[in-house]
Amino acid sequence: MAHFVKKVLTDIRSNRFLNLITIITISLSILVVSVFLLFFENASRVIESWNQGGRAMIYLNKEFSLDMLPKLKVKIKTLGDIDEIVYISKAQALDKLKKNMSSQSAFLKTLKENPLPDALEIRMRSYNSFEEVQKFAQSIKALEIVEDVEYGQGWLGRFLQIFNLFKITGYAMCTLFFLIALFITANTVRLAFYSRKLEIEIMRLVGATETFIKTPFYIEGLLQGFLGGTLGLIILLITYLMISSGMTQSLASYMYFDVRFLSVKTIVLIIVGSTFLGWFGCYLSLKQILK
Amino acid sequence: MNDKTNKNSIIRLFNVSKRFGGKLALKDITLDIEQGELIFISGPSGAGKSTLLKILYLAQKASEGQILIDGMNLARISSSKLPFLRRRFGMIFQDFKLIPNRTVFENVALVLEAAGEKPSFIRKKVMQVLRTTGMEKKFNTLPPTLSGGEQQRVAVARAVVGEPSVVFADEPTGSLDSKSAQAILDFLMGYHKKGATVLIVSHNLHLLERTVSGRNIEISEGRIKRIATIFQDKERKQ
Repeated sequence: MAHFVKKVLTDIRSNRFLNLITIITISLSILVVSVFLLFFENASRVIESWNQGGRAMIYLNKEFSLDMLPKLKVKIKTLGDIDEIVYISKAQALDKLKKNMSSQSAFLKTLKENPLPDALEIRMRSYNSFEEVQKFAQSIKALEIVEDVEYGQGWLGRFLQIFNLFKITGYAMCTLFFLIALFITANTVRLAFYSRKLEIEIMRLVGATETFIKTPFYIEGLLQGFLGGTLGLIILLITYLMISSGMTQSLASYMYFDVRFLSVKTIVLIIVGSTFLGWFGCYLSLKQILK
Repeated sequence: MNDKTNKNSIIRLFNVSKRFGGKLALKDITLDIEQGELIFISGPSGAGKSTLLKILYLAQKASEGQILIDGMNLARISSSKLPFLRRRFGMIFQDFKLIPNRTVFENVALVLEAAGEKPSFIRKKVMQVLRTTGMEKKFNTLPPTLSGGEQQRVAVARAVVGEPSVVFADEPTGSLDSKSAQAILDFLMGYHKKGATVLIVSHNLHLLERTVSGRNIEISEGRIKRIATIFQDKERKQ
């Protein structure tokens, strides 16, 4: 093994430029893939958190009276997977509004009548899809006593549309960059192989097995893949840290979630994937050359 | 043109032919080479000498005929076993075939590395062989900086470092001055005396004059024209 490692390091040194280009190509491909994964991970977390602790407000119309509440709660519970229903009277809602508006609440004192409706705040258990939530909201809205249901349908719908669009673009980009990196790696191996043609011919003549001849190429491919993947992740981490440190606290507070870096599992997966990419490029190239 | 058949035969060829496209480079070669023999394969350029040697050291396949090496039929040996058979041979070429970006030591060590020997053994053995070929002091030198004679001595060291039972030399002195040529020939004769089979391909008849034993196989237009002992050859010339 020491012989192979020594040989690989010598080969990398003698083909520095070629190896550097390959590592940079792999790192850029990994960077693109990682950016998408970073987005997917964070977006999935938002969706998951919404799914797990999602709230919706049911605004009731003027015909509502407190004695209708028990029956209404039962009815709503039959329509979907509800964790909790809290009744908020219009008086409570006004108090809450006054507290929230604090200094600007003076004008609220001038109101002759409370304009806010009675409401039910419901906490839903997890849902599999936005369509399911939408269907549930529509079934509640169909109730006579319900004026409106608010569940963030506008932003969530748009968010899911963008998310799905990014998902498709992400898959396409990842496939494209994977193929580019694979092509470059395979070509580097091919060039390295041809530059060592005499060496390989001599190796064969002195009784070297095919495994002995191929192993350094595979190690080189694995190393290129590993280094390319690591470099791509380092670039992403630096970019992430620069952006997140530049983001002010006030801006962060406007966001409903914090952007987190890739999980350890994903990082390991990316490095394993890029290492495999290096190996696979080498495998394809050698298979073609030695057939 | 069958030669003597012996139980000690290490290489046996039966009606071997080699075709390149439509052209026959070797025609119907039948030959027995005994263990420990010194063989010269001579003949004019383009006669098929090197082709015959390439077939023997498994660099090319015969188009027709059978080849037995130490009783093993080459046609029945799987490609995965060929490297192990090649380790029993040492090869020397006119153009040395040294790896230019590897040191003298690394070039010679390659044979033992390929055979999976331990680094400590490789170090000891390579330095020992370089000492016998007079290249010990240049072990860390790259081949392109050496003279032709020195490069061929490195190639000889590489050929014998694995202690092969057969050494094939294709025009080993072809590009050397007479002093270097004699040194290489002396080394090969010395190795032959230890019991190894040595096959030397050369169109240089002066090489034959410098040796006292062995057989000369003369090839012309892809066929064996004549087989004689070196002694017979010398007598004929006198």
